Amino acid sequence: MSADVMTRPRPRAVPAARRGRPRRDPGRVLRLYVPLGLYLVFTLVPFYWMLVFALRPAGSADPVPWPITFEHFETVWNDIGYAVFFRNSVIVGVWSLLVTTVIAVMGGYALARYRFRGRSLFMVVLLCTQFVPGAMMLIPLFSIFKTLGLINSLGSLIVADTVFNLPLSIILMSGFVSAVPFTVEEAAMVDGCGRLRGFLAIVLPQLRPGLIAVGSFAFIHTWNNFLFALMFVSRQDSFTIPVGLSYTIGEYSADFGALAAGGVVAALPVVCVFAVVQRYLVHGISAGAVKG
Amino acid sequence: MTTMRRRAVPYLLISPTVALIAAFLVYPIGSVAYYSLQHRNLTRPWADGFAGLDNFRHMLFEDEVFWHSLGFTAKWVIAEIGLQLLLGLALALIVNESFIGRGLARSLVFSPWAVSGVLTTGIWILLYTPGTGVLRFLGQPEAAVLGNPDTVFPAVVVAELWRGVPFFAILLLAGLQGIPGELYEAAAVDGAGRLRRFRHVTLPHLRDAIVLATLLRGVWEFNNVDLLYTLTGGGPAQVTTTLPLYVAQRAVDSKDFGYGSALTMAGFVILLFCSVLYLRLSRFGEDR
Repeated sequence: MSADVMTRPRPRAVPAARRGRPRRDPGRVLRLYVPLGLYLVFTLVPFYWMLVFALRPAGSADPVPWPITFEHFETVWNDIGYAVFFRNSVIVGVWSLLVTTVIAVMGGYALARYRFRGRSLFMVVLLCTQFVPGAMMLIPLFSIFKTLGLINSLGSLIVADTVFNLPLSIILMSGFVSAVPFTVEEAAMVDGCGRLRGFLAIVLPQLRPGLIAVGSFAFIHTWNNFLFALMFVSRQDSFTIPVGLSYTIGEYSADFGALAAGGVVAALPVVCVFAVVQRYLVHGISAGAVKG
Repeated sequence: MTTMRRRAVPYLLISPTVALIAAFLVYPIGSVAYYSLQHRNLTRPWADGFAGLDNFRHMLFEDEVFWHSLGFTAKWVIAEIGLQLLLGLALALIVNESFIGRGLARSLVFSPWAVSGVLTTGIWILLYTPGTGVLRFLGQPEAAVLGNPDTVFPAVVVAELWRGVPFFAILLLAGLQGIPGELYEAAAVDGAGRLRRFRHVTLPHLRDAIVLATLLRGVWEFNNVDLLYTLTGGGPAQVTTTLPLYVAQRAVDSKDFGYGSALTMAGFVILLFCSVLYLRLSRFGEDR
């Protein structure tokens, strides 16, 4: 009871002097706000610097981008071809998100709800895949995609990224499924729902945080993948954003405005997605970690 | 009949995963082992053929870059993991406290996690470039940190920290949230100060999370190629070439699949050995 009172958020009616007290506690300032502020500077200055280069006119060296210009964005979007790279990255990212999420729901459900022979072997295999380096799979995967006729096609990236997203996604998803009480599902089955209908009607809606966490995780990973796209795609009209950006770094290294504007285009979708879903990710990892 | 069908359900559910992993992870690993015993270079198809242990002999006895890359890989992984653990733990403890604007603070400090290695390169090139970068505010306007073999290592380590600390902090924050609050209250009642609560409550409970995070991140930093490939290209003079970066250069740039596969096999063996050793030494998952 007393612990409950202590942890409950203070009501708004408390006088201003009391509300402000934690701020004036010098230990708390030193322990919490100073290091947090320093770390925020370390995190945000690089982002700010990129924005400055992207928004100020070429040749300016002001640390504040004024007057603001969008000329660099026009250059990268129209002349360098980021419009095409962006479209390709969206296609690969969305397909990989959809396929990864559907397969992860199936696998996660199997792990969470069934005790079947080979279950622990399956878990071990999933964990072991985390040790397989993407860089070292370039050579054999290139040969496979060549046989399948997928070199220079976005299909190779969708397949490769999905495979590398899957193991962690399944482990995360099984944590989310376990968190939905089985009794709810049973009740639906008793009421005459089949297992599939019970799942679709009862479990799936409750899995929303899990779907968001796994889907955004898959999208961000795929959006950022560089090596596969560099190795499997060599036609410029199939480039994804990271590959386009790497060529901007190489070829336009004198044109920092273009490099920075390309960087903003690359960062905007994933940083926005991440800011929105960050709490689901932390929650998902702790759910997976608690389960072991 | 129905029990047969019911028993098949979990296998049906995992079958797409199993098929994908078998076709695009297990089979490729097997084919790497096969290629490593072959001469196979896409730019010189006439010289392809069985090589026996030639690739491994060349790697172990003639290739200085291989040996140098091993040394740098160890230095890179140890520096990154040590610093990411320190900063990530501090950051996780800070954003685990309750304060106004915590959600926003978390989103901001974790956000570099969502940024790709290539973009990290782009951003840090802007920061490091002599004359227009930020080092002029630190009194070093003409320092070309990436071109100087003495300063390139700290420069790439800081750039990777910027992107690497957030995920470490996320993993540890998840671990922190699993510690029951009563334990702290009990310790506080017993008169334990902040430091002692950290040592005797937080650290023991975080132990498995720390071991898992350092292992996962260690493997990840070992395998991480994007940043070094684009930021330094392994240079200047190959001083920042890790083993996987060397493999990627062999595969992407010189299309030497036979020798690249031999290097890959070496990487697998080293990674496996180090991971098992680490789990043993840290006594992961054992009750204490």
